[in-house]
Amino acid sequence: MLGLQAKDFRLLLIVVAMTMLAPFILNPFPVNSAMAQFNAGYPDLMQRFVIFGIFAIGFNILFGLTGYLSFGHAAFLGVGSYAGVWMLKLLTMNVVPAILLSVIVAGLFSVIVGYVSLRRSGIYFSILTLAFAQMSFALAYSVLTPLTNGETGLQLSLDDPRVLGVTQVDGTIPAPHLFGASMRASYDLVLGGWQFTFNVGYYLSAVVLVLAFYLAIRIFRSPFGLMLRAVKSNQQRMSYTGLNLKPYMLAAFVISGMYAGLAGGLMVAMDPLAGAERMQWTASGEVVLMTILGGAGTLIGPVLGAGFIKYFENIFSKINDTVLHQWFGFMPDGLEDVVVFIVHPFIGKGWHLTLGLLFMLVVIFLPGGLVQGGQKIGGLFRRKAPADDSATRKQPAE
Amino acid sequence: MTKSNFTRRGLMKTGAGAGAGLALPTIFTGAVWADAHSGFTNAPQGDSVTLGFNVPQSGPYADEGMDELRAFELAVEHLNGGGDGGMMQTFSSKTLEGNGIMGKKVNFVTGDTQTKSDAARASAKSMIEKDGAIMISGGSSSGVAVAVQSLCQEAGVIFMAGLTHSNDTTGKDKKANGFRHFFNAYMSAAALAPVLSKLYGDDRNAYHLTADYTWGWTQQASIQAATEALGWKTVNNVLTPLASTDFSSYIAPVLNSGADVLVLNHYGGNMVNSLTNAVQFGLREKQVNGKNFEIVVPLYSELMAKGAGQNIKGIVGSQNWDWKLGDEGTAAFVKSFGTKYGFPPSQAAHTCYAQTLLYADAVNRAGSFNPCAVGEALAGFEFDGLGNGPTLYRADDHQCFKDVLVVKGAENPEDEFHLVEIVEVTPVDQVTYAPDHEMFAGGELGACNPGA
Amino acid sequence: MDAILLQILNGLDKGSAYALIALGLTLIFGTLGVVNFAHGAIFMIGAFCAVTLSRLLSLSHPSAEPTGTDFLGNPKFDDVLYVNEWFGETAGAFIIDWSVPLAILFAIPIMVAVGFIMERGLIKHFYKRPHADQILVTFGLAIVLQEVIKYFYGANPIPTPAPEVFRGSFDFGVLLGFEANAIIYPYWRMVYFAFALVLITAVFGFLQFTTFGMVVRAGMADRETVGLLGINIDKRFTIMFAIAACVAGLAGVMYTPINSPNYHMGMDFLVLSFVVVVVGGMGSLPGAVLAGFLLGILESFASMPVMTSLIPGINQIIIYLVAIVVLLTRPRGLMGRRGVMEE
Repeated sequence: MLGLQAKDFRLLLIVVAMTMLAPFILNPFPVNSAMAQFNAGYPDLMQRFVIFGIFAIGFNILFGLTGYLSFGHAAFLGVGSYAGVWMLKLLTMNVVPAILLSVIVAGLFSVIVGYVSLRRSGIYFSILTLAFAQMSFALAYSVLTPLTNGETGLQLSLDDPRVLGVTQVDGTIPAPHLFGASMRASYDLVLGGWQFTFNVGYYLSAVVLVLAFYLAIRIFRSPFGLMLRAVKSNQQRMSYTGLNLKPYMLAAFVISGMYAGLAGGLMVAMDPLAGAERMQWTASGEVVLMTILGGAGTLIGPVLGAGFIKYFENIFSKINDTVLHQWFGFMPDGLEDVVVFIVHPFIGKGWHLTLGLLFMLVVIFLPGGLVQGGQKIGGLFRRKAPADDSATRKQPAE
Repeated sequence: MTKSNFTRRGLMKTGAGAGAGLALPTIFTGAVWADAHSGFTNAPQGDSVTLGFNVPQSGPYADEGMDELRAFELAVEHLNGGGDGGMMQTFSSKTLEGNGIMGKKVNFVTGDTQTKSDAARASAKSMIEKDGAIMISGGSSSGVAVAVQSLCQEAGVIFMAGLTHSNDTTGKDKKANGFRHFFNAYMSAAALAPVLSKLYGDDRNAYHLTADYTWGWTQQASIQAATEALGWKTVNNVLTPLASTDFSSYIAPVLNSGADVLVLNHYGGNMVNSLTNAVQFGLREKQVNGKNFEIVVPLYSELMAKGAGQNIKGIVGSQNWDWKLGDEGTAAFVKSFGTKYGFPPSQAAHTCYAQTLLYADAVNRAGSFNPCAVGEALAGFEFDGLGNGPTLYRADDHQCFKDVLVVKGAENPEDEFHLVEIVEVTPVDQVTYAPDHEMFAGGELGACNPGA
Repeated sequence: MDAILLQILNGLDKGSAYALIALGLTLIFGTLGVVNFAHGAIFMIGAFCAVTLSRLLSLSHPSAEPTGTDFLGNPKFDDVLYVNEWFGETAGAFIIDWSVPLAILFAIPIMVAVGFIMERGLIKHFYKRPHADQILVTFGLAIVLQEVIKYFYGANPIPTPAPEVFRGSFDFGVLLGFEANAIIYPYWRMVYFAFALVLITAVFGFLQFTTFGMVVRAGMADRETVGLLGINIDKRFTIMFAIAACVAGLAGVMYTPINSPNYHMGMDFLVLSFVVVVVGGMGSLPGAVLAGFLLGILESFASMPVMTSLIPGINQIIIYLVAIVVLLTRPRGLMGRRGVMEE
């Protein structure tokens, strides 16, 4: 179906279901319950889940297929963001031109970076991409301020020209929209104690994610994808057969850069601001972590990894001692204090610590990432295939 | 608890031409939710109201963020009638009675800005969208303050800025929904310049090292203008990368440049390192042009003084507030903060505490949580008793005007809380500027946005 | 001319730190084949050894009689230092003054232990795993280590001054015939440079002239063959890891008077030290040292006002620019070997 094998089509359906039903899936707890802290179904975080999902899917096309580890992918996301905001400032608040330009600019930038960096392989390639990204970050933060607004980040102002739109409405900057549908508009559904929010911006991003995912499947299963996998398994042998691999590699790099640009464009469409930190090495590192954590080389892994990291960043960092005391309030006083004392280092300002520990646990016990974890759990329910077998058989880092 | 889509009003506007039919209805099934949308974002329902405290909890300013958080918790405690009431007793406006805000109990949520605009906005958004926060406060850098301020403007909630010193926050990036109690780079310069010329004379040559980003630039321009007006010359201004940890290659050429004063326009870890390096190079023991070489750090904080250790001795700078001030507001605040946490509050803590009280009082006076009503109550508000003497929240740019402290590092601190001593309290008239001053030009407040 | 000399001095000094960190990183990579993202964190732990020792030395108990009132008006007690009680005022003051050099002795056993535990407990299990996994697990470890330090010491930098005699600076210019104040250089930075040279020489000497070092070098070149000869190379590699941790840790200890340590100083150095290692050539020890000093000096030159006015922003990007140029002209860095980390 849609040119996909049955297995891939099933995966696509799962992704469609997951993204479309996300407002329900992510808000499992009633609003007034103590567990509501763990609800993630509010527009901003849902948007971040899918946008970083797109970013990671794109990264995986390069890393998962060819094994080339780019450590500067955030630069493409950043450049795309800046292009997007400029489009919103100069042309129109409609997000379509902004997103398109983001993809194009990121694509062009990745042609340049890719052309130079792909002359080397292995860690030398990683450092070249890192160097380009760090230079972009440093310059955007300082010298290029007229273009990027430096530290503050490029944002809309009340006197933007906006050729095809309005500059301001009674002293307010108009919101980004898709042919009139504001990205910020939401529809709240209240069922009993539960509340579910359906946000226009989220659904736009979700549709884009599904398309991006579909495209990624097609790339993975195409002869082109096969060629890229061959690069990963043995580049030398490929060259001996007389093939010029460079164009294939560059194509993969640019496609992956355009995915990053698409993510950047969507980010500014949801929230029209672009900051230089988006290009810092930590941001590039984050997408590497997302991909490996989820399962490099698998289709769904990067999306899971992106969700995992963003969930911790946004949910765990907001738990504070007051919340803890609410949770453990049922315990006797002395015990409550002890429990809060033990949990305290891992929440709120300690969310980095929890994240670091989980990284280590996942890598140590699930070499194939979260996908392997899923397969193990799946294996438990299947009587025939023991868990370990199915894991190795489907070893994602193929 | 509920929330609303934050700019349904904005949608109506943009959607009006293209497709008004797309303006989505909202279905409410429970009676509880019905009064949620009474004309502005996150209108509090029931008997409680939620404030959002967005402070750096990771990264270099994490300790400052923790101190801000302590102040917020203290302020909420006092608003709800706990503790000894702190500055509520000395505040000139008497609407706060320890029964919450407008009789509603104050709750709060916290988040981590990571000192990054993206992360700060994400955190503020989750407070607004998920937790239903009606006001956002906190922060420890200007980039974050400007980014969150514009978010609050779009979302239709009030932003009470924490520690942000750049001219831009209430200059070219000012917003109708944003308010700043902290002072700014221009005020630092205006307060410092006369003291500097008194201490070091009118005939000085200054060498500036400036952090290469927006705050650094406004700070440097302000100091340069103010000192040159008093007859100082500026020998050179060198921009240093934000990521620098070792400033030796910037410090080393200073002595041979003919300058006899070094101005370090750095903040936080940058400032601790550049000052440490400057002292290492022995600059302070040198004589240039027949005068003692001096170092000036325009923006100061207790935490920075602590990080710089003995290098801070005798270095002159400016502060928004200091716990050693003698007025009764300060005394009350230091007492309740010190009793609860065991050490005196920092200026970051003070500004956050004051902002929370100012917001609560403005709501009470306005009789509404509507951001537009609150904004109106704050704009042009004159008050006293919050530690800075008589203060004006100017309507033109939502900047507070109050006395500025010129301070210097203590030579023989009696303990770790006395690292900084007050040199002079510069009266507010000396640091006041016209709203259309060139360093603040280029932006407009716009209209207040109540959101939904 | 004097400006150039000054920046060379600066560069040598910056380069020492880069070279020491890169040296340890290369040792680990060359011997164990592990990409260690936690190496910056080891440097940071070294620095905090110095902080811990100075805290330990200033342990105190309150005086018997109150000596005044604190900021809340409660009676205040002076701190009486245990060192002063045990060794007398002068000796006590001397010990506290020299806490940073003393911290070297304190740090060596700690760093060896840290290295040993890390290798046996974690890294060992990752020899056969892909580099990506190694990066992820060591990065996770780096985060955990720095968060632990943050939990105990806070995020604010902690001042750890050099001994009194090494504070202040020396006027080189007068020595060379320039006018006074033309080339001044802090004593402690000279100490740091000398210390780095000693440490680097020691590591090279150890590898070059001892049997242990010979075996390790052989193992670096061809691990399997050495194993086949019946030599327990794994045990030696553990020791090498501990030595590398020690080098980074000592670099951190001695760095504290230059810049007050804070919990994320490791991350600040991490990316830079990787660039240094790669520019030097993966797996080459002399390459790492050479690249460290080279990048240090170039960075110093780029920060001269003349250079920044010529090319704005050059001081921000010089290291990365050099990395790109070197990697494009010399495919495997300055002294890298073919086939190392190229797949």
